[in-house]
Amino acid sequence: MNGESAARDGKGFLGTRAGQALATNWAAFFLVLMLITFSLTGRNFLSIVNFQNVVHLQTVPLLLAIAETFVIITGGIDLSVGFVMGLASVGAAKLMQLFLASGLTPGLSIALSMLIVLAGSLVPGLVNGIVITKFKVPPFIATMGMFGIANGLALRISQGYPMIGLPDVLPKIGNSYLLYVRPGDFVSFFAKPENFPDNRVRELLRLIPLSLPFILIVIAALAFTLRRGRFGRHTYALGGSMDASIRSGIAVDAHLVKVYVLSSALAGLAGLFNIFQTGIGNYTTFNAQYEFFAVAAVVVGGASLAGGKGRIWSSVVGVLVLAFLENGLAISGVKPFYRYIAVGVLLVVAVVIDKLFPDMR
Amino acid sequence: MDYLLETRNITKRFGGLTAVDRVSIGLRAGEALAVLGDNGAGKSTLIKIISGVHKPDEGEIFIGGKPARIDSPMDALAAGIETIYQDLALAENLDVGANIFLGRERMKRSLGILKVLDDQAMREEAQKVLDRLDIHIPSLKKTIRTLSGGQRQAVAISRSIYWDAKVLIMDEPTAALGVAEQKKVLNLVRTLKDQGIGIIIISHQMYDVFEVADRLAVMRRGVLVGERIVKETNPDEVVGLIVGSETVGKER
Amino acid sequence: MSDKTASVPAAGQRGKSLASTLGKSWVLIFLLLETVYFCFRSEGFANPNSLQIMLFYGVLVFLLATAELFVIVTGGIDLSVGYVLGFASIISIKVIEKLTGMGLDPGLALLLGVAATLVVGLIPGLINGWLVAYLKVPPFIATFAMVGVCHGISELIINGVYAMGLPKLASDIGSGHMLYIAPGGALSLFQKPVVERGVSVLEIVPNIVVVTAVVVAIFAFLLSRTKFGRHVYAIGGNMDAAERAGIPVKRRILGVYATSSFLASLAGVVYAFMYVSGKADAGASLLLDSIAAVVIGGASLFGGSGTVGRTMVGALIIAVLDLGLRMSGTPTFDKYILVGVILILAVIMERYMQERA
Repeated sequence: MNGESAARDGKGFLGTRAGQALATNWAAFFLVLMLITFSLTGRNFLSIVNFQNVVHLQTVPLLLAIAETFVIITGGIDLSVGFVMGLASVGAAKLMQLFLASGLTPGLSIALSMLIVLAGSLVPGLVNGIVITKFKVPPFIATMGMFGIANGLALRISQGYPMIGLPDVLPKIGNSYLLYVRPGDFVSFFAKPENFPDNRVRELLRLIPLSLPFILIVIAALAFTLRRGRFGRHTYALGGSMDASIRSGIAVDAHLVKVYVLSSALAGLAGLFNIFQTGIGNYTTFNAQYEFFAVAAVVVGGASLAGGKGRIWSSVVGVLVLAFLENGLAISGVKPFYRYIAVGVLLVVAVVIDKLFPDMR
Repeated sequence: MDYLLETRNITKRFGGLTAVDRVSIGLRAGEALAVLGDNGAGKSTLIKIISGVHKPDEGEIFIGGKPARIDSPMDALAAGIETIYQDLALAENLDVGANIFLGRERMKRSLGILKVLDDQAMREEAQKVLDRLDIHIPSLKKTIRTLSGGQRQAVAISRSIYWDAKVLIMDEPTAALGVAEQKKVLNLVRTLKDQGIGIIIISHQMYDVFEVADRLAVMRRGVLVGERIVKETNPDEVVGLIVGSETVGKER
Repeated sequence: MSDKTASVPAAGQRGKSLASTLGKSWVLIFLLLETVYFCFRSEGFANPNSLQIMLFYGVLVFLLATAELFVIVTGGIDLSVGYVLGFASIISIKVIEKLTGMGLDPGLALLLGVAATLVVGLIPGLINGWLVAYLKVPPFIATFAMVGVCHGISELIINGVYAMGLPKLASDIGSGHMLYIAPGGALSLFQKPVVERGVSVLEIVPNIVVVTAVVVAIFAFLLSRTKFGRHVYAIGGNMDAAERAGIPVKRRILGVYATSSFLASLAGVVYAFMYVSGKADAGASLLLDSIAAVVIGGASLFGGSGTVGRTMVGALIIAVLDLGLRMSGTPTFDKYILVGVILILAVIMERYMQERA
């Protein structure tokens, strides 16, 4: 209320349209500002190689932040995404090991495992959704319980070790580029030319990691669903007013279940991507705090934990802000641990800005 | 006596308490009926029965002269009975069009295969119904959050009208509004009457009742203690009926 | 107890009150059944000594759950307790190391170091409380942010490794007991008697269990018997009403988050003494346990309910589970699964009981 009237009566710059635009899109402006600053302070920051690396490494955080965006718009929270991702990663690794041992080809083993894990990753979300809607357990508790369950299962499967012995082709696919260019010489798709010597690989310009089109498709599809689809409209409606949604005849319980299923499916997808990226099955450690960074990115992007607000592209900006902050600090020679502090401060700044400038659209 | 909506001997008990005791009222098209009573007189319970929230223990409801089963709010909506509660039930984060079409969104095809929300069409339809009811809202692209209390109420009413409400139940429609906005809402009620909508108003404001209602029904301790034609009564008599200090007049 | 006799007249009524008593204490019954189960399942569990061991390994959760309870009663949440614990474990070791390095007597160094840590440990809570009470930042976000800040500062201090370098006295206290009985009945307080190799000494009550019990009792008193405690419940029950009743709501919220962070840093000190090391994520895995303990103990995340006693029952359920699983040879992985399941079931159970009541 206070913030609202302050924003309305606000004279001076922050009361103007431009001021409002700045306040609602501050994360994007901050991102640009940061990119400029780090380009000046860090050598090698402003380069295709570095940017491609950052985007490639942010595929998992992006998937989790997108998952969290849907849940947070409904006014809920999903604390289990990080551990569901770990469970998917070790689960897929275990299946691949079993299939390989039973004599299946690597290709078939990978394909089958992916299918099973993708289907299986719907289960945690289904359980979360049912516990939240049918048994009226607050999302925080329900997904925190799932956080414990998924973590325990992942540790059980992996016995607490990274799972190795998977097909070599995994990291090759996961870390390959769309284009390999030797300026003025040749262009090759998906892999470097067979006859090109390994010791001269540095001369190659590698462009567009495969993860980039992958994540762009996911982002675009889900941003479209959220902004332009009925599913998205109902997601916003639930977060805006549960009462209005019920009285409008929206099947709110079924919709919430779908949202949590989508969230854990994306976490499962992140787990599969993780295997392709690292070539091994990784359980999630407590100090990785994936759910922490996912929620932080969504909030920095301008969503409110009270629900009703948030956008996929804003969450993407949120992830990039956190990512370039870490990357830029590292390249500028700042200890990586400042990242944690910076994320904490940014979170609070995001919420305070949000309080001062409620959505006036 | 062709009533749009009629209740006959509706009774509702909660444990030992009879909240509504054999109440029979009728509502004609284009008529505004005010239901008055002190706190606990049973008017809220009566309204909740008509809008499907409570099931009556005894009695019948007739719609258009035919007996109707109203077992849930959805049944009431399907029968054309819409209730505007004080909290309005709008999604504040969505715009006017999105709210009017919430749960029944207009879709269009995009690129031949994808079904997408047709916000343009929804806004145009919203504008039509707002024009019909003579309601002015600066920009339909703005979220409900940015609208005033009276505008929000107008949007909630427009939604009901758009979806073919025949009976509109308004719970304390002017309670949370400023004086200028109260006037607008009362004007809106007149417009609705002109369009043949039957309206039941629950109100504490005697002014509202005498301003727009055609008839009034007074309840006391669950019983209908009197019905009056507004033109033929005065506030003093009505207050007397509400508090029970006057001998009850014609008991139907 | 007196209402039991009062309800004698109607048999049906008595049945109902019995059921509701049972319902209210289902957590206790669960704890009992769980303990009995592990007595059969795990070799050597049915032994008085297991009780000590269980309490010994449970202290961190007892302290963190008490910390969390204060915040949850106000309707908030403190996600930072685990990382405040880690932060405090490092601070205490670094300060004590510095003091002993200056030639201070180890006993004095420990005392000063612990005192300094507890004072520094108030800071995260004061910041949390300030953000929540005065800037109206949602507790989830404010304490989430504090996780990052504590994590970062901790790692910066130790540069990504462990903090070590406590004097031997610290580990003597941390893993020592109050009373030792040597064979032949010789009693010794605090000091483990020197005996020949292979001779076992009866050890009674670990020091840190006593410290924890005293601290938890003090905070139980604070919550249930003081004006501060009463205000905390009032704020959680209805913040507007509390404000209108003249309760200094903002200051109380500040106090609650400070309390939480004080207890978390005490847990950090205890951790340092137990494991003679400190690290940033020392308490990371304990957040689940401590919130679970509070919720299993019947507190609602919406605030206004929960007691230290019931929270301790919740914490004991987890502690018994932890030790029982360890002793039955199953990997501790299962603990996470079971805590997650019990956490969810507890909320469902609580709701069911409320609806029946």
